[in-house]
Amino acid sequence: MANTAQMQVTDEVAIQITAMNKWYGQFHVLRDINMTVNRGERIVVCGPSGSGKSTLIRCINRLEEHQAGQIVVDGTELTSDLKNIDKVRSEVGMVFQHFNLFPHLTILENLTLAPIWVRKTPKREAIETAMYFLEKVKIPEQAGKYPGQLSGGQQQRVAIARSLCMKPRIMLFDEPTSALDPEMIKEVLDTMIGLAEDGMTMICVTHEMGFAQAVANRVVFMDQGQIVEQNEPKEFFSNPKSDRTKLFLSQILGH
Amino acid sequence: MSNPSFVRTEMLPPQKPPMGQTGVLRWLRENLFSSPFNTFLTLLGIWAVYTLAVGAAPWLMNSMWNVDSVDDCRAILAANGETTGACWGVVRTRWHQFFFGFYEQSEYWRPMLAFALLFVSIAPILYFNLRRPNAIMVGGASIFLVLVLAGLGTDGWHLGIAAFLMAALTAVAWIAPKWLLWMTLAFPATAYYLLWGGSVWGPIGVMAGFGLAYLVFRLLQGEIGVTPAAGIASLTAVVWWLFLQGIVTAFLAGILPWSLTAESPDTFGGFLLSFTIGVSAISASLPLGILLALGRRSDMFLIKTLSVGFIEFVRGVPLITMLFTASLLLQYFLPPQTNFDLILRVIILVSLFASAYIAEVIRGGMASLPRGQQEAADALGLDYWQAQRLIMMPQALKVSIPGIESSFLSLFKDTTLVALVGLADPLVGITRVVRSDINWKAAYWEPFIFVGVIFFVFCFSMSRYSMYLERKLKTDHR
Repeated sequence: MANTAQMQVTDEVAIQITAMNKWYGQFHVLRDINMTVNRGERIVVCGPSGSGKSTLIRCINRLEEHQAGQIVVDGTELTSDLKNIDKVRSEVGMVFQHFNLFPHLTILENLTLAPIWVRKTPKREAIETAMYFLEKVKIPEQAGKYPGQLSGGQQQRVAIARSLCMKPRIMLFDEPTSALDPEMIKEVLDTMIGLAEDGMTMICVTHEMGFAQAVANRVVFMDQGQIVEQNEPKEFFSNPKSDRTKLFLSQILGH
Repeated sequence: MSNPSFVRTEMLPPQKPPMGQTGVLRWLRENLFSSPFNTFLTLLGIWAVYTLAVGAAPWLMNSMWNVDSVDDCRAILAANGETTGACWGVVRTRWHQFFFGFYEQSEYWRPMLAFALLFVSIAPILYFNLRRPNAIMVGGASIFLVLVLAGLGTDGWHLGIAAFLMAALTAVAWIAPKWLLWMTLAFPATAYYLLWGGSVWGPIGVMAGFGLAYLVFRLLQGEIGVTPAAGIASLTAVVWWLFLQGIVTAFLAGILPWSLTAESPDTFGGFLLSFTIGVSAISASLPLGILLALGRRSDMFLIKTLSVGFIEFVRGVPLITMLFTASLLLQYFLPPQTNFDLILRVIILVSLFASAYIAEVIRGGMASLPRGQQEAADALGLDYWQAQRLIMMPQALKVSIPGIESSFLSLFKDTTLVALVGLADPLVGITRVVRSDINWKAAYWEPFIFVGVIFFVFCFSMSRYSMYLERKLKTDHR
C-alpha cells in the first residue's frame, strides 16, 4: 500500500468533540468522549462490536443525537437547530456498511441527486462532476445501470463517489468493507487510499488493520463507549499501552 | 483412499437438460397430475367447468337482442320449443340509462367529452413522458369519442368542437406529452363544468383558489420553510373561496356569461355516477393517503396523533355510515342556506374513507424500506420533504402498488353502495328503474350480467395496468 506518511496535516481544527455523552434510553453508549480532528487527518476508529464506534461517527453528522457535551464540525455546533444540521450534513460525506444506494435511481442519478437538490447545482454541471468521480472510482461505464446490477465492491465505490459529489470537507466511513467479499475489499480500500492521498479529512471505523497502518495518522481504540487508547499507528500496533488494547489486538491479529 | 489433490485442466461447457424435463408433458405432470390427490382435484375441476358450461350454454346460445319485452322473448322461445334464453333486449333498449342515468339525451356529449378528457388527463400520469403510449391513448380516446358522439346523434356544432379539441390534444400528446399535465391540472374544473353545467366561472374560481395557494406557497417557501408556507397558502385559499371568489366570479359572469344547462344531482346515474365518484375519490385519496401516512410516521406529536386518530376512526366506521353522514348528517352542520350538492358530499366522504386505507397501505410500504435509505438521504443533506419525495415515496409507492390497486378496485366497486342514499348506481339503482318498466319486470340476470361485465372490464384493466407498472418500475434486479 502507498506510503502516505508525508501527507499533510494542518493545525486547523475540523471536528472538535468535547465531553460528549449519549444514552439509548437507560443505556450509556458513549461516555465522556473528547476528540479533536485536524484538517487533513486520517483517523481509524477500531474496537470490539458494541463499543460505540459507529455511534460516535454517526453523532458527527447527527444521524444520532447526543445528550450532553459539544460537537463542533467546521465551526458549526450541532444542536437541534435544523439549519445547522443540514449545513453540517452537506459538508460531511458518509459511507455506510451496507452502501445504502438508492435502488430506484440509476448510478448517475444517485450521484447527481444531492448536488442538484441540496447544492442547487445545474444539472449539466452535476453530471460532469458525477462522471469525474465515477472515473476516479474507476467505474464510469456503470453510470446508466441500477445499483442492483452492480457487485458489492462496485456499489461501495459508487457510494463513495456519491458522497464526493457533494464536495465534502470531511468523510466518515462506517465499516465500509465489512459487508464485502474478500476479493472486493481491496478495490474499496484502494479508493479510500486514493482519497487519503488527496488530503481528505477522514474518520474511518474499520477492522482493516492493514489500512490503518498504511493510511491512518492516528488510531483510536474504543471499548464500552469510551476512548481507551489512541496513538500513531506504528506505536499503537507495536506497543499498545492498555491491557484491553493488547487483548483486542491479539485477537484480531492473532491469525 | 481418494487422492486429495485435483486440478481441473479445462472448464466444462453447459449441456442440455435430460429429456422429459421440459415441454408440455412435464408441465401437465407437474401441475395437474403430480399426485393421486391432485389428479382427483384436476378431474373434479374439469367436471365442474363442464357442468357449468353445459348449464349456461343453452341460455347464452338462445340470446335474443331484437325484442322489446320479456314477453316477446318468451313467445320466441315457445315458438322455437326452447325453455331458456337470454333476453338482451333490455340492454339494447335501456343501455343509455345504465351509462348516463337520467341525463338529457341532447346533452350526452358532455359526459362523453368528460370521459374522453379523463383518458387525456391520466395518460401523462400513467405513461410519464413516453411519447408513443401517450399519443396512442389520447388518439384512441379521440377516435372513440368522435365515433360515440356520431353514434349518439350529437349535433354537428358540439361534435365539431369536441373533435377539434381532441385532435389538438392528440397533437400535443405527440409533440410534447409533458404538456398534457396541464390538461390533468385543469381536468377537475373541466369535468365539473361539463357534468354539472352552470356558469363556467364557478369551477374556474375554485381552481383559482388552488393556483393562488400554490403561488403563495412558492413565494414563501424559501423564506419561512415548507410547513409554515403550506399553512399560510391554505389559509389564503380558504379566504379566497369563502369571501372573494363569489364576488369575482359574479363580476366575470356579468361580462362573459358562458354557461351550460345546470344539471341537478338527480340526473346523475348509472356508470356516469360510478365514474364521477370513483375517479374523483381515487384521485383525491392517493395524495391524502400519502400525507396521512407521512403524518403517522412523523416525529411531531400533534401531527402523529391527529393522523392516527383520523385513520383509526375512519377505518373503524363502515362506508355506509359515511354515506349516510354525507346524505343526512352534514346538512345539519352546514349553514341553512348552503346547498351543497349531494354527489360532492358523497365524493368527499368516500375520498376520506379511501384515504385512510391508502394511508395504511403506504405506511406498510414505507416500513418495508431499509432504515439506511432515510439515513443516506439525511447524510447527503436532503431535507425532510426532499427525502420523502425523492427517496422514500418513490420506493414506498412502488412496493405498495398491489395494495393501492386493490384499495382502488374496492373503492370503485363500492360506489354502487350509494344506492343506499338514494343515488341511482348502475347495479341496484338503475336496474330497479329499468325493471319498474312492465316490459322488463322479469329481466333478472341480464342487467346484472351487463353491469358486472362492464365493472369487470374496468377493474381488470386497472389490475393489468398495475402489473405493467410494477414490471416497468422494477429496478432492484433481485
